[in-house]
Amino acid sequence: MEATPLSGLGLSPARRYLPQARRQEAEVAPIVSVRKLRKSYKTGFEALKGVSLDIHKGEILALLGPNGAGKTTLISTICGITNPTSGSVRVGGYDVVRDWRAARSLIGLVPQEISLESFEKVADLVRFSRGLFGKPPNPAHIEKILKQLSLWDKRDARIMTLSGGMKRRVLIAKALSHEPRILFLDEPTAGVDVELRRDMWQVVNDLRASGVTIILTTHYIEEAEAIADRVGVIAKGEILLVEDKAELMARMGRKELRIELAQPLETVPEALAAWSLRIGANGRSLVYDYDTRAERTGITSLLNAMRDAGLVMTDLDTEQSSLEDIFVGLVKEHA
Amino acid sequence: MNPYAVRAIFRQEMGRFFRTIMQSMISPVISTSLYFVVFGAAIGSRIDMVEDISYGAFIVPGLIMLTVMTQATANASFAIFFPKFIGAIYEILSAPINFVEIVLGYVGAAAVKALFIGLIILATSFLFVDLTIAHPVAMVAFLVLTCISFALLGFIIGIWAGNFEQLQLIPLLVITPLVFLGGSFYSITMLPPVWQTVSMFNPVVYLVSGFRWSFFGTADVPILASLGAIALFASLCLAMVWWIFRSGWRIRQ
Ligand SMILES: Nc1ncnc2c1ncn2[C@@H]1O[C@H](COP(=O)(O)OP(=O)(O)O)[C@@H](O)[C@H]1O
Ligand SMILES: [Mg+2]
Repeated sequence: MEATPLSGLGLSPARRYLPQARRQEAEVAPIVSVRKLRKSYKTGFEALKGVSLDIHKGEILALLGPNGAGKTTLISTICGITNPTSGSVRVGGYDVVRDWRAARSLIGLVPQEISLESFEKVADLVRFSRGLFGKPPNPAHIEKILKQLSLWDKRDARIMTLSGGMKRRVLIAKALSHEPRILFLDEPTAGVDVELRRDMWQVVNDLRASGVTIILTTHYIEEAEAIADRVGVIAKGEILLVEDKAELMARMGRKELRIELAQPLETVPEALAAWSLRIGANGRSLVYDYDTRAERTGITSLLNAMRDAGLVMTDLDTEQSSLEDIFVGLVKEHA
Repeated sequence: MNPYAVRAIFRQEMGRFFRTIMQSMISPVISTSLYFVVFGAAIGSRIDMVEDISYGAFIVPGLIMLTVMTQATANASFAIFFPKFIGAIYEILSAPINFVEIVLGYVGAAAVKALFIGLIILATSFLFVDLTIAHPVAMVAFLVLTCISFALLGFIIGIWAGNFEQLQLIPLLVITPLVFLGGSFYSITMLPPVWQTVSMFNPVVYLVSGFRWSFFGTADVPILASLGAIALFASLCLAMVWWIFRSGWRIRQ
């Protein structure tokens, strides 16, 4: 997948930092609350190993994890497609096992796999979904969704005549047909073209503005970066981290400056105490952690101070920590 | 209760039927006509009368039963197997609907289709033979009950089946023989005593016999036995369907 620049998604910085306030009010009652959830399949394989997770009302949560991490299993259990082995899931305050009808009415699900009846017509399938979720017919709403997803012209087309991207749009339209309060998107952009991705994020933004909570799974980091309020990392059936994206971004904004030295050092010289420096491998380098987004990075003054202290540098190198590093690091730790 | 969901499923299933309406109707009509030609005209001209009924008329109830049973089973089994096969079942499983609603939708549609075809065959029969229906209400009741019971059976088969071969296996190995040996084309009393006894273990005998009674007022087995048999069969299927949904057998992991 090609990189997805933030700017291309029409997300203003203001919109990204808005969630803070919303989160505080939402913290009182998470809209989805997963507690110590375990899921063992009949094969004996334990796909979820005690997952606990709170999802706040109105947020976009990206669940990031490698293939086989348990993302689909987690979603399936929340949506009622698979039965939990132990633990509990509450949706909108309703237990998904005991109050399944109330809980499920709130949820829309866009599955990972495209699974549509080839001979059916687009609009019929979308109407079908609305009925299935217990809502009376509402042609105006169906029309709105189909238009939003650029499917209106195709409303009478049979599924088999559609491209893969169009079929995915139909899946999204079906999930939105019954006006869910919570939308799950399981790997929505896997194998999807740029245009659809843009349309999809537009829909996601509109939904979010109307207060819908959105959970998407992905193994593309850029996607999580671009769209999410919070990011959760899952691997081997365990949640390794759930963090506000702004905080993650702050961590990501850190860079490492590595200064190779002509002469090895035992300790950081007194003259350089003002910068928090570490001695690198063999004492032949100094490592400086700095925030790229700070007003003054302190690099110029550091280099000046080093020259004044008579230290000879042979090379300079910088390295940025990214969500990817954090992610890969976390997943490796648990491998 | 979620009536919108029942209606959605029912309409989708009926849509499948009407998309292939010519095929759905023409093939039973043609095969019925062939049965009339082969059994009614060719063989019937030699058999003449069975229990004071012309052979052509005698086989009408059995023919209708034969078609209705196979159609109800095939329709219902396919209707639930197909979403399982292509993966669209995720939506049914995640929707706020319970097993009664799912069954009402799928089994209801399959039963209605089978009933529809049964009535078409009945109408076709009037073209070939003189027919009077002694107990029309009982006739319709038997037909409806048979459609529902076999649609339930088909539903179970569709959930059980893991592939298309299995989907066709039970109808082929179990239902077709039972139906052919169920007295559709002959009276049980025409069989040697041993085979008469064996036939008493074939549930289809009771259904065909009861159905034939509603036409001609005569039956191989007492009418109450026929009613009991179909009630028992329907209850067994219902209990099985209920258990399937309780345990998530073959559908929910
Ligand atoms: N029906 C199943 N039976 C047995 N194992 C399964 C089943 N579904 C998924 N798994 C296993 O559970 C693990 C998690 O799968 P999944 O939730 O699909 O992961 P992800 O969506 O993160 O890629 C995988 O190792 C997968 O092989
Ligand atoms: Mg998955």
